[in-house]
Amino acid sequence: MASMLLNTMRAGSVSPSWAVRLGARSLSTTAQLHAQVQTKSKKTLSRPGVKNIVLVEGVRTPFLLSGTTGLLQRTGLSKDAVDYIIYGTVIQEVKTSNVAREASLGAGFSDKIPSHTVTMACISSNVAMTSAVGLIAAGQCDSVVAGGVEFMSDVPIRHSRKMRKTMLSLNKAKTLGQRLSLIGSIRMAHLSPELPAVAEFSTAESMGHSADRLAAAFGVSRVEQDEFALRSHTLAKSAQDAGLLKDVISFKVPGRDIVSKDNGIRPSSMEQMGRLKAAFIKPHGTVTAANSSFLTDGASAVLVMSEEKALAMGYKPKAYLRDFVYVSQDPKDQLLLGPTYGTPKVLERAGLAMSDIDVFEFHEAFAGQIMANLKAMDSDWFGQTYLGRKSKVGAPPMEKFNLWGGSLSLGHPFGATGCRLVTTVAHRLQKEGGQYGLVAACAAGGQGHAMVIEAYPQ
Amino acid sequence: MSCECFKGSQWRAGISTDHQSAADLTDRLSGSGSKSPRKPQRQHFDSELVSFTSYHCSLTSAPKMAGVRALGVLSRFTSRRYALYSGATCRTFSVAPAMLARTHVNYEVKGDVAVVRINDPNSKVNTLSVQMQKEMAEVMDEVWANNAVQSAVLISSKPGCFIAGADINMIQGCNNAEEVTTLSKEGQKMFERIEKSPKPIVAAINGSCLGGGLEFAIACQYRIATKSKKTVLGTPEVMLGLLPGAGGTQRLPKMVGLPNAFDMMLTGRNIRADKAKKMGLVHQLVDPLGPGLKSPEERTMDYLEEVAIEYARGIVSKKIPIHKVKGSMEKIQDYVMSFGLVRNQIYNTVQSKVMKQSKGLYPAPLKIIECVKAGVEQGPVAGYLAESQNFGQLAKTSESAALIGLYQGQVACKKNRFGTPQREVKTLAILGAGLMGAGIAQVTVDKGVHTVLKDTTVSGLARGEQQVYKGLNDKTKKKNITSFQRDSILSNLTGQLDYSNFAKADMVIEAVFEDINIKHAVLKEVEAVVSPHCIFATNTSALPIKDIAAASKRPDKVIGMHYFSPVDKMQLLEIITTDKTSKDTTASAVAVGLKQGKVIIVVRDGPGFYTTRCLAPMLAEAVRVLQEGVDPKKLDALTTSFGFPVGAATLADEVGIDVAAHVAEDLGKAFGSRFGGGNVEVLKTMVDLGFKGRKSGKGCYIYQPGLKTKEVNPDIGNVLEKFRMKPNPAVSSDSDVQYRLVSRFVNEAVLCLQEGILINPLEGDIGAVFGLGFPPCLGGPFRFVDSFGADKLVEKMRQYEAVYGNQFTPCQLLLDHAKDSTKRFHM
Repeated sequence: MASMLLNTMRAGSVSPSWAVRLGARSLSTTAQLHAQVQTKSKKTLSRPGVKNIVLVEGVRTPFLLSGTTGLLQRTGLSKDAVDYIIYGTVIQEVKTSNVAREASLGAGFSDKIPSHTVTMACISSNVAMTSAVGLIAAGQCDSVVAGGVEFMSDVPIRHSRKMRKTMLSLNKAKTLGQRLSLIGSIRMAHLSPELPAVAEFSTAESMGHSADRLAAAFGVSRVEQDEFALRSHTLAKSAQDAGLLKDVISFKVPGRDIVSKDNGIRPSSMEQMGRLKAAFIKPHGTVTAANSSFLTDGASAVLVMSEEKALAMGYKPKAYLRDFVYVSQDPKDQLLLGPTYGTPKVLERAGLAMSDIDVFEFHEAFAGQIMANLKAMDSDWFGQTYLGRKSKVGAPPMEKFNLWGGSLSLGHPFGATGCRLVTTVAHRLQKEGGQYGLVAACAAGGQGHAMVIEAYPQ
Repeated sequence: MSCECFKGSQWRAGISTDHQSAADLTDRLSGSGSKSPRKPQRQHFDSELVSFTSYHCSLTSAPKMAGVRALGVLSRFTSRRYALYSGATCRTFSVAPAMLARTHVNYEVKGDVAVVRINDPNSKVNTLSVQMQKEMAEVMDEVWANNAVQSAVLISSKPGCFIAGADINMIQGCNNAEEVTTLSKEGQKMFERIEKSPKPIVAAINGSCLGGGLEFAIACQYRIATKSKKTVLGTPEVMLGLLPGAGGTQRLPKMVGLPNAFDMMLTGRNIRADKAKKMGLVHQLVDPLGPGLKSPEERTMDYLEEVAIEYARGIVSKKIPIHKVKGSMEKIQDYVMSFGLVRNQIYNTVQSKVMKQSKGLYPAPLKIIECVKAGVEQGPVAGYLAESQNFGQLAKTSESAALIGLYQGQVACKKNRFGTPQREVKTLAILGAGLMGAGIAQVTVDKGVHTVLKDTTVSGLARGEQQVYKGLNDKTKKKNITSFQRDSILSNLTGQLDYSNFAKADMVIEAVFEDINIKHAVLKEVEAVVSPHCIFATNTSALPIKDIAAASKRPDKVIGMHYFSPVDKMQLLEIITTDKTSKDTTASAVAVGLKQGKVIIVVRDGPGFYTTRCLAPMLAEAVRVLQEGVDPKKLDALTTSFGFPVGAATLADEVGIDVAAHVAEDLGKAFGSRFGGGNVEVLKTMVDLGFKGRKSGKGCYIYQPGLKTKEVNPDIGNVLEKFRMKPNPAVSSDSDVQYRLVSRFVNEAVLCLQEGILINPLEGDIGAVFGLGFPPCLGGPFRFVDSFGADKLVEKMRQYEAVYGNQFTPCQLLLDHAKDSTKRFHM
């Protein structure tokens, strides 16, 4: 992950003649910046008095099904241009509870750069990014590295509560007799470990189970889900083949080869997918291993700066980070409907309509969840009953939707997905020539996030 | 093994409850005395008379449960009571007109699956009425005749109810046992045809599936149930003094094994879907859904139907096995059960258990055992015959009539006849965090009402809050709620020592020490801080409400709410109105009580209201009986064998001898010599000696922690010796002692009706059974007068009057009924 941070810096496309640009900048006024923007067909979301905050670069490691045990590589490159580092993670390793700090130190960043870790389930790195936006907007910082990291293949596994209790008392035991009697009290049952589960604390329901119920609630069939999953894999494959996934950086897995591609992209056939059995609600459920996102190791990072600072440093920003919202709802029956709640809210904030958006990137937790969200957004009844609207939100058109694959095909390292979404939107806006992009994601706890991203004038 | 299986199978229908809850309860009661950190003055009365009935009554909670479960069994009245159509006769009916005429059952063919939908248009619940059965027979004939149909799904159109049972009116409408037997036989025939259906039928169950509904479901080839909390399966017939009369006693043992079948049929308890799956009662579970493109309820029903259709097709194509593969434990159990000796042992164990708990006063459980035995030992022909005949006989017993009456009364007492209050109570403040106050908080806070619990001391408050927590935590342990729900419920409870949150309160219930001066002081303090619309309810068991209201600035907002301890176990709430209490205040109090899940009687104000007033003379008589030399154990045996769940001596100990003395003295002052009998000094002397009942470890009995058996307190012999009275042999036979106790109770109840304290006899019966433990098999004092005969009762009372005087003088209303045998309290 440390290498990640460094790559963020390296990948930032520094203009060859930054001095010239700097000179130019001294001449150009804000008005000029605006003038540039106005050449676009649609108006910019830039507002007077609100700082423009830009995404300079985003990178990620390939999302791997397994095999990575550590990303830390020490390098000596000092980076004091960064004011702050924020990382998002979900399942925390007890030894590195502030993983952002350990990573930045490990990466050789100046030990004068403060770092903190945030968590909000699947949208943890979104929180990292929006916290960065907040710090910059408040004038606290000018450049922040935000990212996410997850090591699903090395989650902390705890001893059972009874065993923990015994072990703690053992520490306090004074005499040998006390110790022996404590050791004697250990039973086989004490030794079974506790695995962290992907289950809601409030309802004790696993996310897959909830997704299956959600799909059923919206009448999403198995075939619809498999088709969407297949679409995701197919699109991801062609994007990978076409070299569009530029945010991926190679890195060396210790003891193994260099990994430079996501290894979960596996376009299959409907027949093959149709043969799989339901994974959560057995036997009549519809959510299977093939139409769910898979949990992987992975890390991602973005460099967020104020526009002035980015230009001053000679960077060529990729996009503006504009309005964003967080939403939350019933963690039982609407666990994964975050995008449905977040999308209309963020559009309203930005003063945009659904049709203004050129690029949609939604987090694909489950094919059934995406389809349910699309149906919810397309339902007048749902809009009126649960969103308090007069009519439906309207579903995003599929020709603009997750065109380079998504979490279903690329994988889903909880904490790192958010940065991937934002970076992908920025890259797609550049590639496709659109102006506005929308990121939306759901998260455990019945929470959700949406953000509007505006292309940086080319 | 068999014994193990029976642990939970206590028979509860009439009077008894399992030992566990009784023990629990006594824990609580004793807790109020010995363990409680509250100030001593408090212990004495705040848990009060209330607890009087408490123990007692918890035991009677069964019939009411029956009620809830059998919910809807009664429903609308139908005058048609002749035999049902036997399916075969309908076969010739042409399809179209029959379909047009159908209102209760309809079907739709989806591909090769017929979806049969049940929906009673006139009721919130589906019942197996004559009409329902007739239409069902027609529909099934069409389904069987339709070659395009390979299988069928049976589902209700009502989200909260599959089929709640048979139509009680249909049974009550029969003139004699033979007619009921015919009814049962028709039901058996119908379900036999379902069972032997050549096309598999899948029962898709969401909501209550009880009684006849369950018998229908288990006749189907496959059952799918939703995991919803509303989905419950059970055979509550025993609580109505009946048995499952449409094949239940024959199919259940085969399906879930003898021990489980006995447990279900003898307790009548509800089984939740997940448990039903484990028992093998249903094959598959379906999760309830949240909102989608429709409301959660509608969508869940659609989903259940979709899944059921999928399974129906799977069964036809043999992809889904109908019989589940038995586990090794089940195989062992089957093997063990194959020995006649083992089965006999089970029958005997169950029989003796039932006898022990019912004292032989309830015929239904014994008949159930008989039917099961006939079926298992002599084969289905004998079994079905026994079932239908016994069903007919039971339907015409007075016990069944009494239990059905209680059930119907209970349903009536779960309605608010005062209309909807102007303001919903969203914040309820409770004064006093003692056993009562905390108990009230406990049943309020989990209903989404913001509850403020106030006490004067930190330790008292802490004890109260702990009680609420413990109540919820016990529910968590039983997996009724999750620990998360527990915590979120507790967030609605505010504990405090001052009146700071009272301005927001819509109602204040005080549960402080039973002393008129303290009540006045509290009332004034409350009125100084609450908003003008706030209602002041006083939880007292004996102090007249008008005396308390005398200190109020707004007596129209003052009302009595008499809870019974322990509040979370006792179902009854006695609401007392004064002449000044406004109708809206009453409506609001009833609404709160209903929200708390109570069965409510509303009575007029007077000393002891209704419940306390009925109990006091009986306890006075009990003291006299002791003074006459009857051993407390003997007294207990006499009362329990009459049908009271708890013996009179034990009851006095549970209530607290001090409390009993206090009430006896107070009411004695109000009513004079009529409330005499036993010498109050007996009780007072006992209190002086420290024999305050269970809470002090000694009363009529000696209580030792951890010891289940209790011995008579040897020291009370001396006390009784001091007050020894000479028994009159003419009125001292066992039966006479029983009738002396009961007749005083009943006479006082009738007097309450005569004086207008009670609005109607029905509420009198409900109050006596659910609040005081009057024998449920007798259906309450008024039903008892009807069935026993007012003239016979008066005759007995005159006999006792001759010996003891005016304590046994029958009241005018009772005399009127005695003179005219057509006069009855219940039609």
